[in-house]
Amino acid sequence: MFGDFVPLFLMIALALGLALTLLAAAAYIGPSRPSETKTMPYESGMDPVGSAHERYSVKFYLVAMIFIVFDVEVVFMWPWAASFHSFVESGAGLGVIAVLSLFTFILLVGLLYDVKKGGLDFEQ
Amino acid sequence: MVWTALGAFLVINAMLLSASLLVFAERRVSAFIQNRPGPNRVGPLGLLQPFADVLKFVLKEDVQPAQSNKFIHSMAPVVMVVIAMTTAALIPFAEGVVVADLNVGVIMLLALTSISVYGVTLAGWSSNSKFSLLGGLRSAAQMVSYELSMGLAVISVVLIAGSLNFMEIVEHQNSGGALLGWNAVRNPIGCLIFIVTAFAETNRAPFDLPEAEEELVAGYHTEYSGMKFGMFFLAEYVNWFIASFFIVTLFFGGYLVPFEPQLIALFPALEGSTLLALLQFGSLMLKVGFFAFLFIWVRWTFPRFKYNQLMKVGWKYLLPISLANAILIALGVVLFGAVGL
Repeated sequence: MFGDFVPLFLMIALALGLALTLLAAAAYIGPSRPSETKTMPYESGMDPVGSAHERYSVKFYLVAMIFIVFDVEVVFMWPWAASFHSFVESGAGLGVIAVLSLFTFILLVGLLYDVKKGGLDFEQ
Repeated sequence: MVWTALGAFLVINAMLLSASLLVFAERRVSAFIQNRPGPNRVGPLGLLQPFADVLKFVLKEDVQPAQSNKFIHSMAPVVMVVIAMTTAALIPFAEGVVVADLNVGVIMLLALTSISVYGVTLAGWSSNSKFSLLGGLRSAAQMVSYELSMGLAVISVVLIAGSLNFMEIVEHQNSGGALLGWNAVRNPIGCLIFIVTAFAETNRAPFDLPEAEEELVAGYHTEYSGMKFGMFFLAEYVNWFIASFFIVTLFFGGYLVPFEPQLIALFPALEGSTLLALLQFGSLMLKVGFFAFLFIWVRWTFPRFKYNQLMKVGWKYLLPISLANAILIALGVVLFGAVGL
């Protein structure tokens, strides 16, 4: 069971090795002559104004929250989809579809509410 | 174990080589579309151009912007490359030829691709540049929004195949007669949604808002130079190649040779032979080549979305359509049976 995942970890290790080698190669081979102007964050040729780590639009948080709600919904659908064939074989196919449709409908009402409230409108 | 290690090593090298070929292909095809010659000086037909590019990446200075978080700034491209390369372990190249044959392969694919959001966002945040931060945030919101529809499109495939294993999903498309077994035929809406979301997840045009050069200079990699920039570039091209692989695997019969059952009926000796495996690999690469070309073609044909349009398409159209499609496919499976159409 767990053994199936060994090749995947091997792949991660190899890829990590490759990425770190590339970083190290660039660090050793490439020149390094930093100067104040060179390391200044790019702001269209002007001196940067203030820090970049400032407040940003609250819309992004809204998108993140809505995403979590719907992602959990999709997570609920995975086991349903994976075992769907056994439901069909036991004759309960239409029943489980009805249950899932109800579940989806409730969430779609939530999405509709969010759209009507303008939570996903980026037009400003 | 040794064979697995060798296979993983081979796959990573193949991905590196194909990424460099794709860079060249994109530059030549875009030049062809715009009626100009494109890079044709380095080596025969300009084929050595990607290697010249790699040399440049290594030999140029790696500028670390002031007040940036050095560790995160270096680790973001590493995350991107590792995730891009690891996904390649899940691709079935021919019958039984795969690095990691997981029974939860589909879920692992979605899990891995969603990690690359971290790479982009951290790159944007750690650079201490306003353009990078905006690019990173945009990209996080975009990838997260389209991930839902992508998951639902994949669920519709799982409903048809009844398995989360890529090999079984491919083999299932062998049933139902010739090309009609392909999921693109049984589930055309899911196929379209998956292709669209694959473009969005790989940040390719027309969804390349994280790096919209007219508004954000270069988006999340504005402050990257030298090899670190090269690594973002590599990850992007590998992601694009792997997205083509999964479009083919999930919807266009994967490694299956068209009319494979009939072919085996004609030549029974083919069954399980090396020649069949080679044919399957060739047919996979032809299909993947077409979709890789499609990515270039679309990029140089369609203008970029505006940000509000992007969010509108993702949430108000793709999400409800993909939910409805999943339920429709489930109904179809009950009414027409899993195997026949």
